[in-house]
Amino acid sequence: MSPSKEITARGLAAEVRSGVRSARSVLEEHLSVIDASEKEIHAFNLVLIEDARAAADVVDAQVAAGDDPGPLAGVPVALKDNICTRGVPTTCSSRILEGWRPPYNATVVDRLVAAGAVVVGKTNLDEFGMGSSTENSAFGVTRNPLDLRKVPGGSSGGSAAAVAAGFTPLALGSDTGGSIRQPAALCGVVGVKPTYGVVSRYGLVAFASSLDQIGPISRTVADSALMLEVIGGHDRRDSTSIPVPAPDLTSVLDRGVEGLRIGIIEELSGDGLEGIAVDVKARLGEAAAALEAAGATVAATSVPSTVYGLSAYYVVAPAEASSNLARYDGVRFGLRIDAPNAGDMNIATRTAGFGDEVKRRIMLGTYALSAGYYDAYYGKSQKVRTLIMNDFARAYEEFDILLSPTAPTTAFPIGEKTSDPMAMYLNDVCTISSNLAGHPSMSVPFGLGNDGMPIGIQVLAPATDEVTMFRVAAVLESTAPAGHPAIGGVA
Amino acid sequence: MTEYTARQRISRSEVAHVADLARLSLTDQELDAFTNQLAAVLDHAADLEALDLTDVEPMIHPLPVHNVLRPDVVGETSDRNEVLSCAPSIENEQFRVPPVLGESP
Amino acid sequence: MSTNATTEIVPGWETVIGLEVHAELATATKLFSGAPNRFGGEPNTNIDPVSLGLPGSLPVLNEKAVELAIRVGLALHCRVQRSVFSRKNYFYPDMPKDFQISQYDLPINGEGWLELADGRRVGIERAHLEEDTGKSTHVGGGGRIHEADYSLVDYNRAGVPLIEIVGAPDLRSPEDARAYVSELRSILVAIGASDGKMEEGSMRVDCNVSVRALGETELGTRCEIKNINSLRSLGRAIVYEARRQVDLVTSGGRVEQQTRHWDEAEGSTHKLRSKEEAYDYRYFPEPDLVPVEPSDEWIESIRAALPMLPRERRRRLADEAKIETAAAALTVERGMDDLAVEAIGLGADPVRVLVHLENNLADGIGSLSAGPFAALIAMEVDGNLTSTQTKTVLAVLVADGGNPAEVATELGFEAMEAEELEVIVDSLIAEHPQDWLAFTSGDDKERKKKAGFFVGQIMKVTGGQADGRAVNELLARRADA
Ligand SMILES: [Mg+2]
Ligand SMILES: [Zn+2]
Repeated sequence: MSPSKEITARGLAAEVRSGVRSARSVLEEHLSVIDASEKEIHAFNLVLIEDARAAADVVDAQVAAGDDPGPLAGVPVALKDNICTRGVPTTCSSRILEGWRPPYNATVVDRLVAAGAVVVGKTNLDEFGMGSSTENSAFGVTRNPLDLRKVPGGSSGGSAAAVAAGFTPLALGSDTGGSIRQPAALCGVVGVKPTYGVVSRYGLVAFASSLDQIGPISRTVADSALMLEVIGGHDRRDSTSIPVPAPDLTSVLDRGVEGLRIGIIEELSGDGLEGIAVDVKARLGEAAAALEAAGATVAATSVPSTVYGLSAYYVVAPAEASSNLARYDGVRFGLRIDAPNAGDMNIATRTAGFGDEVKRRIMLGTYALSAGYYDAYYGKSQKVRTLIMNDFARAYEEFDILLSPTAPTTAFPIGEKTSDPMAMYLNDVCTISSNLAGHPSMSVPFGLGNDGMPIGIQVLAPATDEVTMFRVAAVLESTAPAGHPAIGGVA
Repeated sequence: MTEYTARQRISRSEVAHVADLARLSLTDQELDAFTNQLAAVLDHAADLEALDLTDVEPMIHPLPVHNVLRPDVVGETSDRNEVLSCAPSIENEQFRVPPVLGESP
Repeated sequence: MSTNATTEIVPGWETVIGLEVHAELATATKLFSGAPNRFGGEPNTNIDPVSLGLPGSLPVLNEKAVELAIRVGLALHCRVQRSVFSRKNYFYPDMPKDFQISQYDLPINGEGWLELADGRRVGIERAHLEEDTGKSTHVGGGGRIHEADYSLVDYNRAGVPLIEIVGAPDLRSPEDARAYVSELRSILVAIGASDGKMEEGSMRVDCNVSVRALGETELGTRCEIKNINSLRSLGRAIVYEARRQVDLVTSGGRVEQQTRHWDEAEGSTHKLRSKEEAYDYRYFPEPDLVPVEPSDEWIESIRAALPMLPRERRRRLADEAKIETAAAALTVERGMDDLAVEAIGLGADPVRVLVHLENNLADGIGSLSAGPFAALIAMEVDGNLTSTQTKTVLAVLVADGGNPAEVATELGFEAMEAEELEVIVDSLIAEHPQDWLAFTSGDDKERKKKAGFFVGQIMKVTGGQADGRAVNELLARRADA
């Protein structure tokens, strides 16, 4: 039996906390689902069966002793394999981290464990988060559980696939330009990119530091809210962490959208956007209508500079990445390919250890920062971010929430875009602007495309207004068209 | 994919130089492919050229936070053995590397 | 030191020098993490994920390091300003992240100046915060980097906070350069920013040198010299480099902008790289850190807590002792100016105070305090003690403290009665009539010589108990009679 949308983290935690079910039985049930279909999906780089059993037993012992293990008691979670786990390999799906076991946990991992969650494994990703299909992994592609011929999206494709396949009710992803929201959309699950600074990045292996943010992936909006409450909030180990507690989200989900002003971003959904599919536009229209029916006012609006988002992103992100990935030099950890001198050892190691997409972005970013090009590329792109911020600020004077598709199309076939990086990059066109501005946004499944694959609607909110974003998401979830794909099942 | 034969935004020798800066080595074939791919991305980024951004401040941080400071108090240190056990090569509790050519800049 | 603007290493040529000084800040922890900032220790023990640059680690700025940097800025009269950290990208095994977090276009301290002991000011271009690297040991090939078989890296030092103080090219001689570094070190130590130990590498100097013909106003092409480990090598390196550059130019060549390495054993510099081979550091703002905007209140509270700086101490002592500022330098450098000022305040003769501090207290003041010191000098000035006796009493006060009058009595230093002295002088005049004649009728030179003779005789007779000044006065009186 596969867990369905009815099996939620909230429900499981309630049962474990009250002693109705043991954490161990919850875990074993999920392990058996993993056992049944992980081979064909390949969501995980590593399944931690014994560690997970030990963790579940700890939770059960707490319950037996009359202690409350916390809001995620006994809930199996999957971690994107770029989130550090002490003593457990953290690979970023790269050969270059071969043999590395971090001597520390990411802050989010400590918080999940403290809340009673049971870490089940580390999920596959595009190497270092660089990709939109999870095809750029040194350990093989992850398949979309709803159609094994299709990609799950990326870069958090393993996490989205794990949740869609019923391997775990919750997973963590990281989102630099859409890496949580786009795979969530393509796999028919909920994915949240919080406001930059709401979730600590301590222990997240950096791709592009000013854009990266960790966030939840789940089958329901309420579960993402629950997980974000656990992982969010100030962390003194991350200088860019916002010094406020995590927002209270689970209590606002039933407030509805009555009176909210919602704008549809023309530039990310209208005819001007290259490559946007007809069925995606149709679902966006229906989503708008559903929100209007629920009492919101909906109108089209313009956020003009978002059209420059993709260009700015593909300068800023590679530039930061080129610097963040310099440390993979064969000296202190991970892969080393020997050579007669240290410089040649660096070159041999990096050349063997990084995949093509990573090399491409390192070179692009190095170029954008190099003498003579900085102003034209990096400097200019950082100014475009200011423009985007300003445009969003203007839009949020008129609207509480903005809406767009999450991705231009439904999941595409494996192999379709691997030879044309620019075509792959265009997948991120709708999601990138939130990262550039540091604003929160999330993807909610809303009906299917003509191919029967899920479509996600992106809900965008101003900085730190996760509360309103989740209210809108909850309404979209409850009004989504029938005929939802068999979430949790394998097509 | 698109072939760029006319004037490219980045030349083969520039890509070779950038690979050098990034400590990557490329085969001739890779050099050709990467040059075309990087040129395509830079071509897309060319839409920025038309923008007049003279009076726009570059964004450094998504949020206007400043003065995030830590008290000068000694914290936890790493277990040396745990760290060294992940190193490719060690000797006398230190990280061993092949001879270094040239001095630190 | 000389106050000449130019000290010619090669006649007809001026040497232009600008120094970049790196000093480790005296914090308990590293610049961006809680790992200890501690010199020495077992390799790779003062480390944590941040100092090793492990994936996923993030920097958090040390408040104390910022405070010390601001202290340095204020002490050097810099503009303390909003600052942003940047990444300086280059690959090197002792650099854990393969980039250094430093400050680039927005340093915490902008322009300022430093005043040398002789009163000349040297411009400061900036003083910024950055992190130190780890340390490599080169194994095989006699420990030299280019002949080593392999290297071992210890990251204990990685991430230690540094202040980099970039001086203007205002120095003109090795003496200038050494004076600048000494003064800077005194300031850093005085404000508690650094221990300033060059021998432990907590203070390091890079030196930019160029030459130009005397009278020329344009700057010549400069070379930067690295690996200078002491004040002595600093002077040697400058002399070598100035000569090398003048030789080049006078033999029809041209100075190429280079980074050069000082080889202590060879006593020479050699080329590391040319301007064309310079690194492309690809600086960009560090996204993992936020700007530092010290408030006026913070800056003012740091300023208010600053101790008196060497320059102010020299000025205070000079005013107090009514001497040139430069003459106060040695006493201030030895940290004895408080004692001097206090003793003078208690009425002690300033000239004698400084003479004793400079000549007789080189090994420190021990148990000596201002009251007894002032009393001792009064006894000397009043002629109750000879200068030799004063020196002896002073040594006792330094060693054990105490009251100078009691010490003098214990040592049997009774002041000689004036009549007693007159009797001895008169009998000596009678015994040496020829000498006395020479004293009374000779020229100035002769008179001085004979005065020396009589004082010497009297000292011999009295076993050094007589006061030389009183003897001279007496001789003069007898001659005029
Ligand atoms: Mg420098
Ligand atoms: Zn420096």
